[in-house]
Amino acid sequence: MELVQRDQLQSLIDSFAGKDVYIHLETTNGSYAAHFQEGFFNAGAFIRNIVVNYELGKVAGDSPHRIGLKLPSGWIYAQGITHYELDEHGRLLMAGLGPDGKLAVSLEISETPFTY
Amino acid sequence: MEKERHVLVIFPHPDDEAFGVSGTIATYIEMGVPVTYACLTLGEMGRNLGNPPFANRETLPMIRKKELQASADAMGLTDLRMMGLRDKTVEFEDDEKMVKLVADLIEELNPSLIISFYPGLSVHPDHDATGRAVVEAIRRMSESERPKLYTIAFDNKTVEVIGHPDVHHDVSGVTEKKLGAMNAHASQTVWMMEDMQKRLDAEDADALRWLKTEHFYTYTF
Repeated sequence: MELVQRDQLQSLIDSFAGKDVYIHLETTNGSYAAHFQEGFFNAGAFIRNIVVNYELGKVAGDSPHRIGLKLPSGWIYAQGITHYELDEHGRLLMAGLGPDGKLAVSLEISETPFTY
Repeated sequence: MEKERHVLVIFPHPDDEAFGVSGTIATYIEMGVPVTYACLTLGEMGRNLGNPPFANRETLPMIRKKELQASADAMGLTDLRMMGLRDKTVEFEDDEKMVKLVADLIEELNPSLIISFYPGLSVHPDHDATGRAVVEAIRRMSESERPKLYTIAFDNKTVEVIGHPDVHHDVSGVTEKKLGAMNAHASQTVWMMEDMQKRLDAEDADALRWLKTEHFYTYTF
């Protein structure tokens, strides 16, 4: 993955619009957050291989970016996106990596299902 | 360490075996005791991807699978089972399916000792869920047939709840293998091991104790 280049990421997001695509979306503080910092309120969410068809997708803000996908009757968004790549399977992988190299958020779009 | 008929190690993540059990595994293997390590997931949801990143969410499992195999090689372990679950979902699997997974391994291998996590005191939900399944599978056996169960516990309240470990293994004969297992999981341990190596080089007492001894809680039913 490379640091987000906004125009390139925007055109990649545009290329998946109007298609049935598989989504991976994840936010995390890690399972050890409350272990290392007592009282830490640990929250996160994960969804994988959900099929959606978005009509409009946007990259917003300066780095770290926000990504929003407008669905026929709903929304998907992720904030904190710093890195991206179009992998060898044609999947658009986006992630928010902290300065410590730890993933905090991930949004991925693919025309084929992700592994389990 | 006593000789065992067969040792079955069950943990959810590649690298769970490395920090506190790899010396025990390597020592049993040197003693000629058969050891099986069943690793439930490939650590698919690991957060260490680096910045700049060396992996992404989709490539991490393959990297960790190779690291797990390299760790097994470092310990001399030949019976490595990858059980195909997904990281962070173990507690959401059907409880009976999890008990059966453990019971099937016990039936096949007839271990005299199982090593896993102490349920409720192992911090990560996958750790606790793994320990629960192991405890329940053993609890359902007749008392005379039950293997011993050694557990790892490291919740901050562990000592308050169950005191100090009662089993202490001298693994000073296999320190190179233990370091080999730790270093095999480089994607997860490289930062920790840089610091650890400095402490070992300085002959830091805690670091040497970590390297040469391993500690477990015998689970009583």
